[in-house]
Parts: sequence; C-alpha cells; structure tokens
Amino acid sequence: MKGHSLRNVFWRRFRKNRLAAAGGVVVALMFFVAVFAPFISPHNPDDIDRKHVLESPSLKHPLGTDDLGRDVLSRMILGSRISLSVGFVSVGIATLIGIFLGAISGYYGGWVDSIIMRFIDIMLTIPTFFLILAVIAFIDPNIWSSSAIPGWIRESLRVILIDPNIMNIMIVIGLTSWMGVARLVRAEVLSLKEREFVLAARALGTGDMNIIFRHIMINSMAPVFVAAVLGIAGAVLVESALSFLGIGVQPPAPSWGNILTLGKDNIEIAWWLSVFPGLAILITVLSYNLVGEGLRDALDPRLWDMEI
Amino acid sequence: MISYLFKRLLEMIPTLLGVTLISFFIIHLAPGKPTDILTELNPKITPEARERLEKLYNLDKPIMVQYGLWLKRIVKLDFGESFSTDRRPVMQKIWDNKQSLLDRRLFITLIINLITFAIILIIAIPIGVSSATHQNSIYDKVMTTTVFIGFAMPSFWLALLLMMFFGVYLGWLPISGLKSLNYDALPLLGKIWDRASHLIIPVFISAFGGLAADSRFMRGSMLEVIRQDYVTVARAKGLPEKKVIYKHALRNALLPLITLIGLSVPGLIGGSVILESVFGIPGMGQLFFMSVMTRDYPMVMCILTIGGMLTLLGNLLADIGYMLADPRIRAKQ
Amino acid sequence: MKKIIIFLLLAIVIITGCKGKQAQTEQAVVKGNSDEPAYGDALIVGSIGEPSNLIYMLASDSASHDIAGLIFNGLVKYHTDLSVIGDLAESWDISKDGLVITFHLRKGVKWADGVEFTADDVKFGYDTIVNEKTPTAYKEDFLQVKKAEVVDKHTFRVTYEKPFAPALTSWSGIVVLPKHLLEGKDITKIEFTRNPVGLGPYKLKRWTPGQELTLDSYREYFEGRPYIDRYVYRLIPDLATMFLELKAGSIDMMGLTPIQYTKQTNTDFFKNNFQKFRYPVFAYTYMGFNLKHPFFQDTRVRQAIAYAIDKSELIDVVLFGLGSPATGPYVPNTWPYNPNVKKYEYNPEKAKELLKEAGWEDTDGDGLLDKDGIPFRFTIFTNMGNTLRKNAATIIQWRLAKIGIKVEIRALEWSTFINEFIDKRRFEAVILGWSIGLDPDQYDIWHSSKTKEKEFNFISYSNPEVDDLLEKGRRTFKIEERKKAYFRIQEILAEELPYLFLYVPDATPVVHARFKGIKPAPIGITYNLPKWYAPKQLQKHKVEQ
Repeated sequence: MKGHSLRNVFWRRFRKNRLAAAGGVVVALMFFVAVFAPFISPHNPDDIDRKHVLESPSLKHPLGTDDLGRDVLSRMILGSRISLSVGFVSVGIATLIGIFLGAISGYYGGWVDSIIMRFIDIMLTIPTFFLILAVIAFIDPNIWSSSAIPGWIRESLRVILIDPNIMNIMIVIGLTSWMGVARLVRAEVLSLKEREFVLAARALGTGDMNIIFRHIMINSMAPVFVAAVLGIAGAVLVESALSFLGIGVQPPAPSWGNILTLGKDNIEIAWWLSVFPGLAILITVLSYNLVGEGLRDALDPRLWDMEI
Repeated sequence: MISYLFKRLLEMIPTLLGVTLISFFIIHLAPGKPTDILTELNPKITPEARERLEKLYNLDKPIMVQYGLWLKRIVKLDFGESFSTDRRPVMQKIWDNKQSLLDRRLFITLIINLITFAIILIIAIPIGVSSATHQNSIYDKVMTTTVFIGFAMPSFWLALLLMMFFGVYLGWLPISGLKSLNYDALPLLGKIWDRASHLIIPVFISAFGGLAADSRFMRGSMLEVIRQDYVTVARAKGLPEKKVIYKHALRNALLPLITLIGLSVPGLIGGSVILESVFGIPGMGQLFFMSVMTRDYPMVMCILTIGGMLTLLGNLLADIGYMLADPRIRAKQ
Repeated sequence: MKKIIIFLLLAIVIITGCKGKQAQTEQAVVKGNSDEPAYGDALIVGSIGEPSNLIYMLASDSASHDIAGLIFNGLVKYHTDLSVIGDLAESWDISKDGLVITFHLRKGVKWADGVEFTADDVKFGYDTIVNEKTPTAYKEDFLQVKKAEVVDKHTFRVTYEKPFAPALTSWSGIVVLPKHLLEGKDITKIEFTRNPVGLGPYKLKRWTPGQELTLDSYREYFEGRPYIDRYVYRLIPDLATMFLELKAGSIDMMGLTPIQYTKQTNTDFFKNNFQKFRYPVFAYTYMGFNLKHPFFQDTRVRQAIAYAIDKSELIDVVLFGLGSPATGPYVPNTWPYNPNVKKYEYNPEKAKELLKEAGWEDTDGDGLLDKDGIPFRFTIFTNMGNTLRKNAATIIQWRLAKIGIKVEIRALEWSTFINEFIDKRRFEAVILGWSIGLDPDQYDIWHSSKTKEKEFNFISYSNPEVDDLLEKGRRTFKIEERKKAYFRIQEILAEELPYLFLYVPDATPVVHARFKGIKPAPIGITYNLPKWYAPKQLQKHKVEQ
C-alpha cells in the first residue's frame, strides 16, 4: 500500500486542494521577499526625490512614488517584513497564552475553569478592535527605548525593530486574540483527559504539567496549528488597519497600511497608492486563509472516509 | 422561559462588571495624568490652573475609590462629562435628546449595523443553501472563491476602491457624511434617497465581510444537515426536493447560524470605527476614535462599556432566537 | 439568483463605459457687469475641526476661535499693516509712564439681544478670565494687570505693574462678554458655550453637532450690516472630500492643501469659478535642540546641521513650494522681521568641516560620525498626526544620514509628548511649530528665566544680551525702539541657532469667484469678512433670516 501514514495522506490531500497549494506558494514567496528585501528592492526605500513626487507608475517606478518621491515598490517590499513579523510574533504570543490557559482550564476544571472561561467571555464581549485601538493609542510607543528596559535588551531590539511601535502592536494583538485558541485547547484537553494513556501516566505519578503538555497537547496540536495559520492572516489585517488609521506603524517606517493612508489623503491624484498596498494585503491574507483552510480540511478526520 | 431569561441576565452581570473593570483601567495605561489634554503647549497657562483641574476630576483619590465612584454613576447611565473642550455630558454626545433621532451617534451606528445584518441574512442564506445543494459545481467554486476573497478583503481598502470608483471617477455616490449640504431643501423623497445614497457604500462594505463568513458557515451547516438521517428519510418518503431542502433541512441548518450572528456583533461594532472614519460618518465609532486620539477618557470608558452592553444584548437576542427556533430546547423548559 | 447577478454586472459595465470622467458641475462663468455691493447670499466654509466651545477664553482650538471671532469683538484689533486700530474702543490713551491704558468705548453698540454694551462687560470679562475657577489657557497676559476699573459706562481703565507692550492688543474679543447674561453663572456649564449671544457681525442661528454651524448676519452690527446674510461652517472630516464638495458647489471656501493648490486647481473650470489666495501664515516650523544635551552644546554642531539641510528641498517636497525659508521667529514682510541675518545655504561639505572642528569624525569606518567613542546618533521627537512635520523630519533624517549622523524619528501623542518629554526635558531634538502672535513679544520662549518645568523655553536657552533685549522690547510702546531690540535678537538667534528655523508655510485658501471685496493682506483675507459681498446677479442662496 502506498504510504498511508498520516503524513503522506495529509500531504496528498493538501496538494490535491489546488487553492491551498497556490496559497502555500504565495506564502513561501512572501517569506522569501521579506527575508531578502534589501536585495530585491529596485531602489532604496528611503531615498527622497523632490523631482518625482507623487508620480504614477512608470518603468523606473513600477508602482509609482509616494508623497516624498520614494519608490512605492521598494517600500512595499520592506513593508512585507513588518506585516509578516507582526503576524508571526503576535500569533505566537496569542497561541502560547491560549494553549496555556486552555490547557489548565480544561485539565483542572472547577473554579480555575470557571474563572478562565469568564475571563474569555469578558474579552470576547468588548469589541476587540476598540480595545486594541485604545490600548495601542494609550501605551507609550517608546517604552522599549526608554531607560526602563535594560541596555542590552534595548540594543538587540534596535536591530529588529524598524519602528518602535511594532513591539506594542505585536503584544497587544497577541493579548487580544488568544481566546479562540484557548477554547479550542480546552475542548481538546477535556476530551482527552479521561483517556487511558492519561490515566496511565497519572498512575505512574507523572506531574500534571508533564501530562498536559507532553501527552495531551501533542495529540491536539493540529487544530491549534490551523488556528495559528488563520490567526496570522487576521493579525496582518489588524496591523494594516491600525497603520491605516495612523496609530500602528508610523512613517517613515513603511507598512502597507500606512501607505494606504497616503492613498486616502491623495485619493484623487494618486490611485496607485490606494490600489497596490491593499492588493498586497488581500493576497497575503487570502493565501494564509487558503493554506489554513486547506490544512483544516486535510487534517479533519471526519472527512477522511470520503477518500478511503 | 422567563426563568431562563432571568438566569441569563444574572449571568451577564459579572461579565458586564468585568467589561467595566477593563474599560476603567485601560485609561490608566497612559503615562501622565488624564487631565493633561486640558493643558497645552501654549505660553499662557499656569501650574495652579493645572492642579485645580486635577482636583476637579477626583484624580487625587486612590484608584479603587475612583473605580467605585465611577461605577456608582454609570449604573444611572451617567458617564460623566467629556474631557474635550465642549464639556458636554458623555451620554449626550452619543445620544443627544435634543437632536432628531436620525442624527444621534449611537443610533447611526446601530442602524448601519442593523441594515448590514439584514442584508447579510437576506443574501448569505440563499448563497449558502445553493452552494450546499450544488456542492462542487462551478457555481459553488466561484462562490467559494468570492467568499474567500471577501473574507480576506481589508474593509478600508475596499472602501478606498469604491470611493475612488463611484465617488471620484463616476461621481455617482457621495463619499462622505450622512447627508448632503442641501438636505433641508429637499422634498421628502429626496431626503430619503439622499440618506440612502450616503449609506450605500458603507453598508455594502460592512456587509461584504460578514457575507463571506456567514454564507460559508451556512453552506457548511447545510452540508452537515443534508447528510443527516432524517433528510434521507424525508427523501425516501417521496417529498419533493424543494420541500426537503427548504422546509426540513434549512430550519435545522439555520440554528447554528443564529448563534454565529449573535457572536458577530462585537466584530461589526469594532469595524464601525474604520468605516466611520473613512467615510466621515458621525457615528459612535468615529467618536470613539477621536476620543482615543484626544485622550477623552470619560468618553472612551463609556463607549467601551456601551459596546460591551450591546454585545451582551446581541448574544441574548441570539439565544432567545435560538430558543424560539429550536423546539428541542423549548421542550426542555 | 445567478441571473440577477450577471445582469447587474453587465449593467454596471455598460453604464460605466458611457459615463467616464467625473461630471463636473458646470457653473456659469463668473463675470460681473454690475459688481455693486449687495446684501444677501450665504458663504459656506468647509472645516475639518468642529468647534468645541464658543466662549473664546475657554477653548483653544482654531475651529472654536474661528466661530467665536465672528460672534465677539474686542476693544482693539489689527489693521492690515499690523498697526493697532480701534474695534469696540474708539480711541485710547496711554499714560506717559506706560502703566495706564484708558479705553474710550463706542456708544450705541448693542448685544444681539438688544442690551447695550458697556464697560461693565469688559470688566466682567476681565474678572472672569483671571478667576481661578476659569479653566483657560490665556490668563497670563491679564495677570499682569494691577487694577481694572470701570470709570463710566463707556470708559474702561487698566493699570499695569510695569509697562507692558503686548497689553494693548490683549484686549481682544477674549474678554468681552455680556455681563447681564453671564453674571453669577458657572461659565463652563452653561448653554452659552453652545448658544452664545454676542455683538459681532454674525450670530449663531443653529448648531447641528457633527455637521454644521449656521450663523446669520447681525443687522445691527456697529460697523454696519454685513453684506453676506449667512455664514455656514460645514464640517467635513477630510480634505479630499472637502475638495470634491468645493468642486460640486456645496461649499464656497476652504483651505487647500499644497497639492490641491499646485496640481488640482489649474484647470479652466477652476480659473473661472474660484479665486485662490496665498500668503504666509503667522507661524513657523522649527527643529529645536535640547541645549543641555552634550551633543548640542557646541554652536558649531548646530550650525553644521543647518548647513547639512536644504531648506528649499524641504519647502518643495513638504509644502510643494508653498512656503518660504524661516531665518528667525518672525514672518517676512512684517515690521519686526529682520531680513539681514546670517543664512545657511545647503553645503554638506561645510557641515562636515564644522563637525570635524568640533571633534566629530568617522574614526571606525562604520559610516557614522563619532567622538570619544560615542556615535552621533539622536532622536527627533514630533507630534503624531502632523504629516508636514513628520515629512520634514524624514527629509532631515535622510540628509543627515548623508553626512554621517543617524537620526531616529518618534511621533508622540500630544499630551504624552508635552508631559513626558518636553516638560521633563527628556528629549534631544524636536520638530514643532510656533504660532506667532501678532505682537512681537516672545519673552516666554527665549528668556532664560522661563526654563522651569512646563515653561516655554524648554530648550534651556540662555543669553544675557537676549534677556536684556526682550525686557527692553516689551517695556516700551514705541515701535522704533521695539524694532531695534527685535532686530538684534534675530541676529543673535541666527548666529547661535538654538532652533534650526525651517520654514514659514503659506496659507492657501480658495473662495468661490462670486464673492468680491476680498483684500489679501499680511494678516490674511478674513479680517474684513463683513465687507465681502456677492453681486446681486451672482448670488446663489436665498436666505431668510
């Protein structure tokens, strides 16, 4: 029988889903662009050119120039770094928090569970975007360069952070999108809690934390992974929305969202500033969504009997 | 039924309290005192004036006391006065009794969202159903792709595109505000069309994303229901396909959708910030954004709390709807 | 279902193909035969900001002041050449020692509710503004008053501790309030802030929050009934939309952005239907150095930075050429402005030379200048939401990078900016702007005593000669003496560069062509709004008061 192991079945099904595969290609491409940004950019994204302000797309500037004469294509390439890093880090944070809270909630039950569930309820009741907006606007964006943080951390962060606000954005998005993962994990833990392998481990005297994270979680990573991929798409959307409104990534650091702000301000004379960055956001989010959905379909055991 | 409602209301209270707690403490994230916006970099202000303002707003008392005082007031829906220089009571800024109903901010945001809901329901359900019944056909694939795009579409980008196309290029639709400058001079029919034309693009955008999610969900729900035994039985009984789908399958497939809709309330309210800011619509979302930017803390706290209340209300209505629709639950009561 | 969608799509495609470019409202080409002043019509002005409080002293935003300025008048005002002329005061006497000003008020001026305006109203306004319960940012000038008294119904006398030149012009609309309506009330909590009674050329008819304010002309205005019957302040949250409304004819006047002014208003349609104006604003944008910071204590470093920056590039890119370089804290073509101070033409070589002299060289080959092992790196702070300043900072950052200085830009929310960074002096450099008052006294900004927390010499500038000149300038009423002092101050400031003065932007308002009587002057165009008119045959709106 040709490879019916989990992995092979999974890959076959994923590849068959052409949309998901296309999404995967785009995701990989974006990654490449972000990592090799300085080498791919036709111009220096910071170069100001007083003679070519707000020019429409041309051979020299395939996506036009912005209000300071800078090349839009180069800025968008650099901007992909921001979008992707925000996506990954914030989802990382959200996933970690979600796994942790969901697991203890499911495993221990009782009042721990009640409190955490209530907390999730509260967080889901406040309109998330309102919350993110308020917190980002209120927190001091420069807190990471202030003297409150030890010098060595500051220096290493300086290299990563194109814009100091990014750190806050990542954290805040992370802190407000863990709820879905938590519920997911909790459900998984609840369903696996009473299975034999867990009871066996407990009988052997294994510590709770060990049981939760090594035994139970390993079996439930799949849905969490899917949620994470979909979460990246969401985080990219939120970051661009925040940057568009002017409180996310601040110019001169380029973010697709804040180039769109320029598009809005110059809507009558610079259509390229509105069209291209939005298209980039759409394609990125779409790709991650397709990959996520594809993963979900591929990993969903309920649909397996359709194939076999 | 009543006891169920009562229980639900009681359950909502701790959640609401939690919301107020978060709303209150958020404003203390910012460095500096809340009254700082009242003083400016202007060579004409004295330190004594600043101190006076701080006393005026109770900022010299310990924080838990401040929270308690605030809580006492908001029970009466008195959220205090706005910090912005007009100093009006906060509630009045979102629900001004002197304005016509159509002009009140909260009302505006609510209406836009309600219309959006209606549109989503009207369109998403048929799309979902027909996608499910024609699964894997070209129609289904096209719809799925459109839906995916809708899901991934940044609302503010769509807004810019539509603004450019319909507003700037074609000049058909107005691109900002709720009514034109000559509104008062228009006849009644003109007034209605005027308001409607201003809302067309924003509502469309607001509905677009929700359409995607809900029609997809509807499709999934229908697919599940169709596989159920009772549907097979209905078919076996010889019932016409249309009846099988629309009378039996649909009613059951709708149920989870109701819950989903109830859950989308906070998302819609949150999304109103972007839409209202882009289109200059004087609703609650735009006010929230402005208040956050100008550190108008009483306003921010109020809108967060109201937003929470609206969400809870939405959930409650969804639950009631679910109860009314699902005979199984009703039987349990 | 499918069919409906296809049909709709086809319909859109077909209709779109036929329509094409945005239909511009063809308006009658405006040529006047009889340009006689006539009463009537309405002027609709677009504004981004909404007024918050119509009592002048309680608000600090320009939208509130715009409207309050139409409703309230002051004792004196500025003439087009910046000399002071009477408004509600017909004349005034200044005592020989400069300590007492006696205003002789006009007779027969009535508040919009019919009650006569008297010196009591001025005294009431003064009492209110100095009252500690009144939350206003404008007390300072009035705290210098030793005594204010009503001599009789039409004579008001103020006595100062020391001669104070800005005193005369401080008696503006800010302190004229109707005593008969406001006495004994808490000024912050009354209806009056949103529904005032004034005596200026216009009175508030209706305020629709979030949308517009409508003002009708005050027929009994003491200077004569304004020609334009109605003034509408229309709130439109962004300039792109406002521009569309302008073209569609829904508004008559707005402030154009530099791009709109240069690129979008040159068509025949515009030339025939609108009149554009351009004049320097009474404000300048600057980069301030924290003079307590070790990097910036050496004058040569500040001068080097000045040489490294091309001001014309800043003006071209940030303002699209609509501005002029600033060389000091005064606006060109006003009497205090000194045109002969040291200027810093763009010269990056000279900049590097000066820096080398001051000890800055790239010793470790990393592209950054350094001195004693410390790299030349600093942060420019500016306030969020101001694109012009942000762009100016970006250009400066780019230019300084070319001579080996690394700049980071941080945009902060206003109150955080002021409280955490400016007031606590925790900054290296800032890009900000000052509004220049019409009186040239700038004591609060440059005097070495004004360096305490929350005061305005936040860069810690200290020069005894400047201190002296500032005192001299404000203690005499004689223009020639004041001019000498302020000229010398500008020479010193240009030499020492505590601020890098960047540019004075131009105001670029546009008004519909049917309005006549607009006379551009250094102080702008709206100073004589009551005298604007639309000739009878060009009037557009029929106004019933």
